[in-house]
This record gives sequence, structure tokens and C-alpha cells, in this order.
Amino acid sequence: MNDFLTTLNYNSWILPVLLLLPMAGAAAVWLHGRLSPSATPEQAAGTTRQLRRIVFGIFVVEAVLSLGLWWSVDTTSTAWQAYYNRSWIPMWGMHVTLGIDGISLMLILLTTLIMPLAVLGGWTSVREKLHAYFALLMVLTTGMLGVFMSLDLMLFFVMWELMLVPMYLIIGIWGGQRRLYASLKFFIYTMLGSMPMLVAILYIGVRTGDPFGRPSFSYDWILAHATFNGPTTLWLFAAFFVAFAVKVPIWPFHTWLPDAHVEAPTAGSVVLASIMLKVGTFGFLRFAVPLFPGVASYPPVRFAILTLAVIGIVYGALVAMVQPDFKKLVAYSSVSHLGFVMLGIFAMTVQSVQGALFVNLAHGVSTGALFLLVGMMYERRHSRLLDDYGGIAKVMPVFATILTIVSFSSIGVPGTNGFVGEFLVLVGSFRTQPIFALIASTAVIFAAAYLLWALQRIIYNPLTKPENKILPDLNWREIGLLLPLLFAIVWLGVYPAPVLDRTREAAARFVHRVETSSLNLGLGPNVEIR
Amino acid sequence: MTFDLSIPSQLMQALTPDLVLMGGAMVLMLVAAWRPDSDRHQRLVGYGSLGVLLATLVLVLWFAGRGLSSGPGVIAVDGFRFAADALFILAALGAIALGIEYNGREGIWSAESHVLVLFATSGMMIMAAARDLMIVFLGIEMMSIAVYVLAGMNRRSPRSAEAALKYFLLGAFSTGFLLYGIALVYGATGSTNLTTISDHIVQYQLGHQSMLLMGVGLLLVGFGFKVAAVPFHMWAPDVYEGAPTPITAYMAAAVKAAAFATFLRVWRESFDVLDYAWLVPLWWIAAATMVYGNVVALAQRNVKRMLAYSSIVHSGYLLVAIAAGTNSGSAAFLFYLLAYTLATFGAFAVVCAMSRTGDRDLEITDYEGLWRVRPGLAIGMAVCMLALLGFPVFGGAGFWAKVYVLAAAEATPFRHLVPLTVLLVLASVVSAGYYLQVVRVMFMKPRPDGAPEPAPMGALTRLVLAVSVVLILLVGLVPSRVVSWARDNQPVPPKALKSLSITKAP
Repeated sequence: MNDFLTTLNYNSWILPVLLLLPMAGAAAVWLHGRLSPSATPEQAAGTTRQLRRIVFGIFVVEAVLSLGLWWSVDTTSTAWQAYYNRSWIPMWGMHVTLGIDGISLMLILLTTLIMPLAVLGGWTSVREKLHAYFALLMVLTTGMLGVFMSLDLMLFFVMWELMLVPMYLIIGIWGGQRRLYASLKFFIYTMLGSMPMLVAILYIGVRTGDPFGRPSFSYDWILAHATFNGPTTLWLFAAFFVAFAVKVPIWPFHTWLPDAHVEAPTAGSVVLASIMLKVGTFGFLRFAVPLFPGVASYPPVRFAILTLAVIGIVYGALVAMVQPDFKKLVAYSSVSHLGFVMLGIFAMTVQSVQGALFVNLAHGVSTGALFLLVGMMYERRHSRLLDDYGGIAKVMPVFATILTIVSFSSIGVPGTNGFVGEFLVLVGSFRTQPIFALIASTAVIFAAAYLLWALQRIIYNPLTKPENKILPDLNWREIGLLLPLLFAIVWLGVYPAPVLDRTREAAARFVHRVETSSLNLGLGPNVEIR
Repeated sequence: MTFDLSIPSQLMQALTPDLVLMGGAMVLMLVAAWRPDSDRHQRLVGYGSLGVLLATLVLVLWFAGRGLSSGPGVIAVDGFRFAADALFILAALGAIALGIEYNGREGIWSAESHVLVLFATSGMMIMAAARDLMIVFLGIEMMSIAVYVLAGMNRRSPRSAEAALKYFLLGAFSTGFLLYGIALVYGATGSTNLTTISDHIVQYQLGHQSMLLMGVGLLLVGFGFKVAAVPFHMWAPDVYEGAPTPITAYMAAAVKAAAFATFLRVWRESFDVLDYAWLVPLWWIAAATMVYGNVVALAQRNVKRMLAYSSIVHSGYLLVAIAAGTNSGSAAFLFYLLAYTLATFGAFAVVCAMSRTGDRDLEITDYEGLWRVRPGLAIGMAVCMLALLGFPVFGGAGFWAKVYVLAAAEATPFRHLVPLTVLLVLASVVSAGYYLQVVRVMFMKPRPDGAPEPAPMGALTRLVLAVSVVLILLVGLVPSRVVSWARDNQPVPPKALKSLSITKAP
């Protein structure tokens, strides 16, 4: 496979193509909207059918193209893979620099594979202004992929913000009852976090620039040549921390999440949970910690972040337990799972970091699947309240089976993907942070409690409500779109080695960089250039 | 080529674009008075004005491309002047294009309104060229008097009259400050020439002389009034709301840009050496402008008033670029003005298109569900709002403008500017509250039952909106050329290096 890809020169063009394809797709969708007839209802229906196929096709092409990365990327190499570099704004030292390593590889594949499923999942639920909806979804895809690929701080920031407006509009236009409130909250929280990061990025760029006053935003160059000292480092780290903490979300920055997840349409929730939450933890792994390793290894800071992470784990699980709304329950369970990722990152052992990367992936798959299932429930019954259901297993046996498997994976039952990641995080962090690991491990029990209890109320209790007796089971489209996710759940749970092999080197380098650095809070220049 | 400004014929040559514009304006004034007011006549004069402006623009660009310079004298011949001129002419083109259709609809048939825009613009061009405080004053008065009249152009509307009177009274008041400041500076340094002032401050060590500092303080207040910086902003919201919409756009973009351009030149060329004295007051004025403008803008329900407060806020951002006091600060300033002008005109084009006779339908709630009936208008407005917010990609040029200002402020040796940049970005998060309010009303609310269909858009209004939006997005994707344009056109004081060597000599 690798030889075949080499003959195509795959690594030299794949990243820009993956970025530009959805953008071109958005333009195509817009053109389609301008050119297609929609005067009569039949014509409009035909246009809609055609549009859905085009969009799904584009996302499938994107996914297939990206699959080659699985073979072509050499994750043991210290050099960036599929590297692409081109000048963008030369006088400001900004470049379009793209590259991936073991940390971003899995997240890119997760993104490209989840997107077609998300489109398929929202196949019938979104009915108005479809062209705009799909165009925004495509722009959003470019933004997410760009965040995972950027190796230039300014490009990263632009991509980071590129994600914001489409999601804001998707929640606000196609969302549920309280969509106006939820979308504004989402926007303001994210922007409040990202604006200080912009100041920090510019500060770094300006202060590490060349003697001719041209700033430098190259990630590699800053990593290799710049050292940050004194209280300035703490400020810079804080700026990055807030931006990423909002996205993760770390307790207490999480309050936008339940609102946004619950109000978003199905595809929006899936994208939010599976991919957009990962950009926060990815930001820590790629930027905040490697740029300021001294701060990350500084005991008070590490202690504070670990405390917040563990509070998030336990708090998310406890709050999930009392939710009457299934979508909200899943949203709060995300807070808990992402706490595990933060714990893994800041426990700073190779195992725990690998575990964190794995939880990222596993959570993307299983929570994505959960939101898709919630969407299917909602389309049939127009309710997300747990108490409106009961005994569904009798009328929807396929649905009940799949929901059970996915819930098990979210709980972390051995043999599913959820187990591997959380186990690695806990084992890894027991070595350096036993107390935190101990508290975090209780959340596994809580997770079992809230999800099993929810399962009981949805699919097992007696079938008493007459509305539920006529619910149709899943159709082939729905089963087809869930199958890849079920496959991933089992495969990652039973045989995680290929994924772990691909993240090991990156995790080891990450830990090494932090452990060999220390924080200099004394006097001296704020920024030293070697 | 270098002009020797002491020779009258060469001085004339150096002022060619200004003279062409003024000459054209006078001819058109006669044409305007030739026939009784009618919609047709008003349109005719409007198109004539557009022609004169385009001719001047071509001349300005031609002059800018020739790399001209000048010896010492009362006016400057440099890239900054021509870059600023181009911005003013751009804004004037937009104002007249919007004005032709707006006046037709509102029944403002006095053809002089377009000619007055030309006079105001030539005043601005004088301001951008001025290298002498007397010429600065001349230019400001030329501009202001024309704009006072323009604000009251809609004679049937009491609000318009109120705006004109308010603007006139406070404008006269601020001119007093300015003139007094000029007098004191002259008293202290013995000159009104910008370069000579700077030289004399250094040469005679006037840095701590109280008369000079008082003069500089009064000039700061005077300019503060003209650019509507807090606490000298009180006139702006009422005037912006009352004036005819195209004139409001013109005031928000061009009048402000002209005042700022002069402000920047005076500060860079004369008072650069006094930065220890003005930096702290300027810091506080900028901070107060950003915070106050944003917080009050949040409470606005009228689009024009909201945009007025937003223009106050942007004065605050521009003051940060001036406070940087460096070359990149000046370049950032030019870039910002361009982005701001485009976004302002785009937004006001939508306001013109949406309002109906008698300036009704200007509440933000009147935009509810606009996306569903007029998607083009809604998307254009959204782009302009995001550009004013300084959001990347969707707000295009606005983002790079903000980045440029932030980077310039962070690169200065003054450490105090870093907190100011943090304040700037936090203020812009607050501004999301009202810019997004417009976006959200347009896109996320349904069109209320019985809401009137917006009138079809005139061709000129459509053109202004399309040009603004396309340029915003284009500059957002590939800003390099505009960055070099801004960098190459900073005001460079002649003999700046020489005055430094004087300091070291004794």
C-alpha cells in the first residue's frame, strides 16, 4: 500500500487537498443552490435529493483520500509527515505550514470518517435551507482539519476561528427551542477564550521575529529556538490555557457545552462532541504544553490543572446521573470523559498521554454514535426525555442492541474502545499522581450507573406508553451508518495495537520535552532566542 | 522628482489633485444652481460628482505611483498623503453613490448635497497634505463647514436639523480648542511648521516647557473631539442618527479618517519627541473609548446609533495604533482605516437599502428574518459586521487590520501597551454582543408576519455593497499587497534623522 501511495507522491499533496476539498465543496453546494430549479414541490424534492447525494459523495471522497495517511505516515520519524510549506504573508512571517505526527493523525482520520456519517445521520432531520446548511458543514470541516494540521501559529488561529462561525450558525438556525441563547453563549465563550490567545500568539511572533522586524510564527522555529522566562511565560500559558480550556471543556469553563450540544441539530451535536471537543485537548498537546514546557511541569500549575480535570471527571458524571434529558446526559458525560484526557495529558507519563490520545479517539466514536442514536430516537418520538420512553427493546430490537453496545463502550466495558483509553490513563497516572487517579477511577463506576440507569429507562422498563408501541425500528440507512462505528468500537477495544503503535513515539517525545525543562521565574529577558 | 515648494508653480503642481477636485466642485456648484431642484437634476449633478472624484482618484494614484517628494514647506508630498487621499475619495464615491438613490427616495432634491461632499473631500485632502498647523486648521474648517451643512441636508426632518446644529456647536467648540492649542505651540516653539516645531523642541530643549505641553494637551482634546474619542464623543451618536444615512456613512468613514490622518501626521512629525508626555493621556483616552463605546453600543436598538457607537469604538482601536508611535503603528493605522472604511460603507449600504421613506425601519428588529427574504443583503451585512468585529476569513480584512494594530502595539518598547492590547481584544469580545445581534436577528429569527418586503435595491447601492464585501473578503484571504501598500506609505518626517543628530551634537 505504501509503495502505491509513494508512486502517487501522496504525501506531498494530501494535506492541502484535504483542506481545500470541503471548501470547493461549499462553493459547489452554493452554486447548486443558485442553479437548481425549485419552483414546484417536485422539483424542490428532486433538488434536495440530488444535493444530499452530492454532499455525501464529497465527504466520502474526502474520507477515502484521507485513509492513505494510515499507511503513508511514518509516526516513528521525528520529522513532520506529509509536510507542506508555502509563504502566505511574507512581510509578517506567516506561512501555510501543514504537517502531521502521531498526535494529529488519528484526529484527522476521525474527522474525515465522522463527517459522512454525520451527514447521513442528519439525512432527514434538517429540511429547510439545506444548501446553506451543507455549505456551512463543509467550511466547518476545513476549519477542524486545519486546526489539526497547522504548524504556523497564525494559520492555526485562523483555522481555530474558522470553526466558530459555521457552528454558531448551525446551532442558531437549525437548532432546537433555545437555540438563540445556546448559539450566542457558544460564540461568546469561545471568543472570550480565543482573543487572549491571539494576543499571546502575536506577542510570541513579534518577540521571536528577525532583526528586521519581521515576526515569526513558525511552530518549529519557535519550538527550537525560543525560550520563555519569567512571569511572562505564565501569562502566555494562561492565554493559551483559557482558549483550550473552554473548548475541552475543563470545569468550570464547561457551561456552554450542555446548551450547545442539546440545542444543535443531530449533525451539529455529533461534530461538536466527536471532533470539536478534541481541538481543545489537541491544543494542549500541540501548543500550550510544548511551547511552555516549564509551566506545564511547574508543580502549582500542574496541580491546579489536575485538580480541575478530576473535578470535571467526577462532576460531569454526577450531573449526568440526574439529567432527565438523554442528550444532556450524553453532553455531561463528555465533560467527564474529556476530564480523563486532561488527567492523562498532565500526569505526564508515556502511558497516560497515549491513553489520553486514545480516549480522544474512543470518545469521538462512541459519543458520536450516542448522539446519532439520540437523533434517531428524537426523529421518531420528538422527545429526548428519558421518562417518555420505556420498553423500546420490544418494538425496536435493533436500536436497543446498538444502543446497548455503544453505551457499554462509553462506560468503558472491557472489550470496547472506551476501556483501553481510560485504563491506560489510570495506569499511567497512578505512577505519578496516585491520588488524582484514585478519585478519577470512581467516575468509571458513576459512568456505569448513569448510562445503565438510562438504558433501563429507555429500553427495558415495561412498555406502558401507547405512543411508543408504534415506533418503527431502524431503517437500512441508519443501520448502515452505525455499522462503521460499531466496527470501530469493537476493533479498537479488542486490538488497539495499531493505534497505540502510531501514537507511542509522539507521546514519548511530548513527555520527554516537558520532563527535561524547568520554569525560570527569575530575572532575565522574557524571551530568549538561541 | 522633488518639488521645491518655495516656488509657486511647483507648489501648484504638488497640489494638482486637490486643485482638480476643487475646480470640478466649483463648476458643479454652478451647474447645481443652474436649474431648479428636481430629482433628475440631483442625479445629474451626482453623476458629475462621481466623474470628478474618479478623475481625481486617477490623478492621485498616478501621483502616488511616481515616488514624488518635496523639500521643506507647508505641504507634504509623500505616500501617506496620497494613500489617505485615495481613502477619502473612496469614501466620497461611496457616499455620493448611496446619496443619489437615497436623496431620490427621500425627496432631498437639492443638488448641492453632492457638491458639498466634494468640498468636504477637498478639505480632507488638504488636511492629509498639511505640514503646517495653519494649513491643518484650514483643511479642518473646509471639511467641517461642508459637513455641518450636509448633516442638516434633510430639511424636512427635525432630527436632521438637530444633528446639524449639535454638530456645528460642538464642532466650533472643538475648533476653539484646536486653535488655542496651535497658538500655544506656536508661542512655545516659534513656528507652526510641523518639522520646525520638532526641531525647535529638540534644539532648545523645550520638552518640559509648560506652555508647549498645554498646547499639546489642547491639540489632543481638539483632535479627540474630531475623532469622537471618549470623553469628547457626546456629539457623535445624535449626529450620526439624525444625518441622512449616506452622510452618516461619510462622517463615520471619511471625516474620521481625515481627522485621524492629520492627528497621526502631527503626532509623528512634531510631537514624536514628547512621547513621555502624551503617552499616558492617550493610553487612558484609548482605553476609555474602547470600554465605554462597547458597553453603550450593547444597549442600542437603532442600527444607525449602534453603528455610531461602533465608530467610537473603532476610534479607540485606532488610537492604540497611534499610541504605538512607531512606523509599523502608522502602517497598521492605514490598513485599519481601509478595512474600516470598507466595512462601514458596506454596512451603511445595507441600512440605506433597508430603510424606507422618512428614515423608518432602522430598528435592529426590522432586520428580523432578512436572510429569508433578501439573502444577498443579509450575507453582505453579516460580512461587514464580522469585519467590524475583526473576525478572520468571514470578516476578512477586518481581522488583519486588528492583527496589524495588535502586533504594532506589542512590538513597541513601551511595555504598557501590552495591557492595552489585552483590553482591545476583550473589548472586541464585548463588541461581539452587538455585531452578532444583527447577524442573529437576520439569520436565526423568522420573518415576522406582516413585515414589509424591503424595497428593491438600487443599482448604485448594490454596487457599493458588492464592492465593499468583495474587497473585504479578498483582502482577508490575500492581504500581502495591502500590507505592503500600508507599509510603503507611512508618514516619514523629513529630516527625522537629522533632528536626532542635533540632540547628540552639543
